[in-house]
Amino acid sequence: MKHYEVEILDAKTKEKLCFLDKVEPNATIGEIKSMFHRTHPQWYPARQSIRLDPKGKSLKDEDVLQHLPVGTTATFYFRDLGAQISWVTVFLTEYTGPLVIYLLFYFRVPFIYAPKYDFTTSKHWVVHLACMCHSFHYMKRLLETLFVHRFSHGTMPLRNIFKNCTYYWGFAAWMAYYINHPLYTPPIYGEQQIRLALILFLFCQIGNFSIHIALRNLRPPGSKTRKIPYPTKNPFTWIFLLVSCPNYTYELGSWLGFTLMTQCLPVAFFTLVGFIQMTVWAKGKHRSYLKEFRDYPPLRSPIIPFIL
Amino acid sequence: MSAAAQGTSKAAHGDVAPKKKKGPGALATAYLVIYNVVMTAGWLVIAVGLVRAYVARGSYHGLYYSIEKPLKFFQTGALLEVLSRVFLTWAVTHSVREVQSEDSVLLFVTAWTVTEIIRYSFYTFSLLNHLPYLIKWARYTFFILLYPMGVTGELLTIYAALPYVQKTGLYSVTLPNKYNFSFDYYTFLILIMISYIPRKSIGRLHFPLQKSAIRKTGYTG
Repeated sequence: MKHYEVEILDAKTKEKLCFLDKVEPNATIGEIKSMFHRTHPQWYPARQSIRLDPKGKSLKDEDVLQHLPVGTTATFYFRDLGAQISWVTVFLTEYTGPLVIYLLFYFRVPFIYAPKYDFTTSKHWVVHLACMCHSFHYMKRLLETLFVHRFSHGTMPLRNIFKNCTYYWGFAAWMAYYINHPLYTPPIYGEQQIRLALILFLFCQIGNFSIHIALRNLRPPGSKTRKIPYPTKNPFTWIFLLVSCPNYTYELGSWLGFTLMTQCLPVAFFTLVGFIQMTVWAKGKHRSYLKEFRDYPPLRSPIIPFIL
Repeated sequence: MSAAAQGTSKAAHGDVAPKKKKGPGALATAYLVIYNVVMTAGWLVIAVGLVRAYVARGSYHGLYYSIEKPLKFFQTGALLEVLSRVFLTWAVTHSVREVQSEDSVLLFVTAWTVTEIIRYSFYTFSLLNHLPYLIKWARYTFFILLYPMGVTGELLTIYAALPYVQKTGLYSVTLPNKYNFSFDYYTFLILIMISYIPRKSIGRLHFPLQKSAIRKTGYTG
């Protein structure tokens, strides 16, 4: 068996960083990254971007050396992606924040509202309902992160955690402040409005969860395969007929429900901002589905049936 | 954001008077020339109005009223201007009548006016590929004085508006209300004043950095 020689150059300076000899032809990029890590301990595999061309796309960890367009002395280029943090860590941190923060406002801990309201409870039952819904939503997200989602990438840049937490924690505090305020005004149409809102919220929570399960089942454990999602026996997944990213569709629906339930302008803002971001993501995902699969169903829209 | 900073950001992004290698088309050039001439004229009108009013009154109190209309027109009409200048004109100076007689208003209006006259003449000449060194020199040199002058005027004006905003609850929304939302304009203005520290320190550096970069690269504009 003929062994390969691998040299790794810095993509910017073209400086030779590492030379590996007697590399197996069936070695993967992932294994090469581990070897590179041994000579440069500060660059753990997750922060390495290895490419064939200095300005080219990153090679995947699964790519096999002998299947790449390289000679027996392979030259790769390295770029440092910066400090990385695992998706799981980011999700757990950004979702635990809102859960805890909202409860601080709900229980009216001192220094938020006037001292005479410390540790009092709201006299409006919708405020208690809202707390249950908000807490349920974030607990669901935490459990899904731990047990349901299968991530394509293990990590993301470290700075994302600061950005993401500011967004989630900041908005959670802003919303919770008003909903749990002693001067909170309940919805105009009272019980009817709250009931409708709750039904919408619960329907979309179940829907969102159904989609997450369906997407998980597309991908065998430990793999990173990508397939077109299709409706399953679960009626909540039939929306796949019309939409590429129904998880976002249901998420929007949940927050519209919560906005209706609380009749709170900051909640409406949060819903709007989230909707804009999810639309951007949905359009991107839709486009990559279209690029990757020739037979992608033409009836589907990214996030809103027929519209967006 | 004060006048000079506004000018620097424009130059940095090349918005109004791009100095591309190929040069803008004839129609685009014509439009830009007309636009810049009109802006120069407009700010000259404001400057002349100020001078005349001063001569007539013998003092500089109340000069705001003499240039109120054209100031409002040229400030809001210039769509490319940075939002903060519009904010200062409308949300502070116009909204709080008591502030209009303050000297600080004169301070930033003067700073903006002089800067703008120099800036638009700079663009006009640049477009015609005939930039007198005097204009270029004036723009970078006057900035050193005009920038702090403009910033001081703006800050003092906002500060002067504070007590009236607090007393009248201007632009503020209180609880309870059916949208479960509140906004305190007084606190907002204080936050704006605090934000001047990072924003203006960055802005203050822009022109000197640009000047040294131009000198280093030998760009003759």
